[in-house]
Amino acid sequence: MKNLLFLPLIIPLATAVLGLLAWNQRKFQRIAGVCSTALLTVTAVLLLLEVQQHGILSSQAGNWPAPFGITLVADTFSALMLLATGLMGLCVTVYSLADADSDQEARGYHPLLQVLLLGICGSFLTGDLFNLYVWFEVMLIASFVLLALGGKREQMEGAIKYVALNLIASALLLAGIGLLYGVTGTLNMAHLAIRLQEMPHTGTIPVIAVLLFCAFSIKAAVFPFYFWLPASYHTPPVAVITIFSALLSKVGIYVLIRVFTLIFPQETITGQPLILAAAGLTMLFGALGAIAQPELRRLLSFCVVSQIGYLLMGLGLMTPLALAGSIFFMLHIMAAKSALFLTSGVVARMTGTTMLKEIGGLYQRYPLLAVLFLVPALSVAGIPPLSGFWGKLALVQAGLQSEQYLLVAMALAVSVLTLYYLVTAWIELFWKNQPADAKKLHHLPTVRRGQMIVPALLLALVSLVAGLLPEPLFRLCRTAAEQLLNNDAYIKAVLGVTQ
Amino acid sequence: MESMLAVVIGGLYAAGMYLMVRRSIVKMIFGLALLGNAANLLIFTVGRLTRGRPPHVPADGVLSSLPVADPVPQALILTAIVIGFGVQAFALVLIKRVYQTVGSDDQDVMITENQGQEKPEQGEER
Repeated sequence: MKNLLFLPLIIPLATAVLGLLAWNQRKFQRIAGVCSTALLTVTAVLLLLEVQQHGILSSQAGNWPAPFGITLVADTFSALMLLATGLMGLCVTVYSLADADSDQEARGYHPLLQVLLLGICGSFLTGDLFNLYVWFEVMLIASFVLLALGGKREQMEGAIKYVALNLIASALLLAGIGLLYGVTGTLNMAHLAIRLQEMPHTGTIPVIAVLLFCAFSIKAAVFPFYFWLPASYHTPPVAVITIFSALLSKVGIYVLIRVFTLIFPQETITGQPLILAAAGLTMLFGALGAIAQPELRRLLSFCVVSQIGYLLMGLGLMTPLALAGSIFFMLHIMAAKSALFLTSGVVARMTGTTMLKEIGGLYQRYPLLAVLFLVPALSVAGIPPLSGFWGKLALVQAGLQSEQYLLVAMALAVSVLTLYYLVTAWIELFWKNQPADAKKLHHLPTVRRGQMIVPALLLALVSLVAGLLPEPLFRLCRTAAEQLLNNDAYIKAVLGVTQ
Repeated sequence: MESMLAVVIGGLYAAGMYLMVRRSIVKMIFGLALLGNAANLLIFTVGRLTRGRPPHVPADGVLSSLPVADPVPQALILTAIVIGFGVQAFALVLIKRVYQTVGSDDQDVMITENQGQEKPEQGEER
């Protein structure tokens, strides 16, 4: 069953290649995209079951033994993230059937989406630091093209900022990896963990940790490196922002958690005040930015930044409960935030604008749409019994156990701010009277409306069910967190020896 | 040799960073290229500079003497150069498109005024 590890890479790669070969067959590209993401979801479920039964899986590419070859590893954390990737990919591909226009599709929208998923799956599975850099670049180049596809003026402005900041992050990452190789002589993450345990942590090693932390923080949009995200995420089509906000910034957080629990646990403990400060300020500045926004997509982009802070909080606290809370929160935010983005896309399509003051009174005609926006909005704010509540509860509880009272107070205050600006947005869109100068609403044909609403509905239901029945999912997150904090099983699975 | 390369790398980083904070997007792309090259040279230098000792195992299977040059950093640099080449090619196409759309290479001119205009749905109105 070890070849199961290669399937999440082969499925999107094969679909992308087939899509490129059938460049003009748009119908084929659409069907292939939906089939591929559905298959990816099924594979991820199988992988998760396999990891639950047999523990951490690893496989050596080309049978080169670790630490010389490239290793693929799947523990509970990466299997959970792969499952989320498959599900998000499926929802966004179905949504794109209605949302992507023929111009985007003619320029290879569907194959690009597959390449993006390939890069993301690769980053989740790899056990080799340089290979991680390669997957990052695969992911980045696909995201650059997706962001600029369409060539509108504001998209160009967003793309320049996004490209520049992400390439700086790549250069930092490359420098960090090079220095780490110079110090330890290995790139395999499990081997690095062993080597660094044997070394005194002075001189270059903390510097390397800081370099890598900065590089991953730029990708994840952590304070003070988050400015590129709200400057670029509001420009591309909604389907593209949804997959970016759901997966790209979360890959940054995933890698932070993976690298800093496995390779640099000592630096994480000594750097705890800094990580926690970054987490708190990310939450706060994201929320304050969102309050000031009169435009829906910018508001939601700042909301993405704000939620990243909660994810980092789990890493800073470094307890099993906190990490489990972070992982649960990450899965929750992917579903709830994407449901919000997709619903806002439907609203934008019907009204022809995303300025809050130009929209109003949608509740009377489209009550389902109003519910579809409200449920994920309350979930993101952390209202029980929706999924966001349990993630925040775990994080707050872990924060109180670690006596980080200031951070906990900040997390709770930001929750209130989140509730404030999301409910304000909901009132503006659905509840207030339609403004006198509002444009006429455009009616969506039934099939297209279905293709746009069903993915949002599915994700909102995921958030609702995860909130009503959190126990099975939380148990999985707990297992994932314990695997992260006890490196021995990971190292044994990769290198075949205990340290 | 190491100290000389260290100065070169520092110079490349400084020049790259300086170009990146300029308003012109053309200079920004040059800055990115310099940053990439600085990172490559950094990997090369920290991978130990060993001259004239290729890591070839002779036919009798015994290495004559240590240390030999480490091939891994060079493999890493080669990969990074190829990736950097692709990314820079994309960045060049992007700035060309930006120049065509905006009509300037100044980032301050690029800021858009009309936010939030979404293409409305075609067809029947209510």
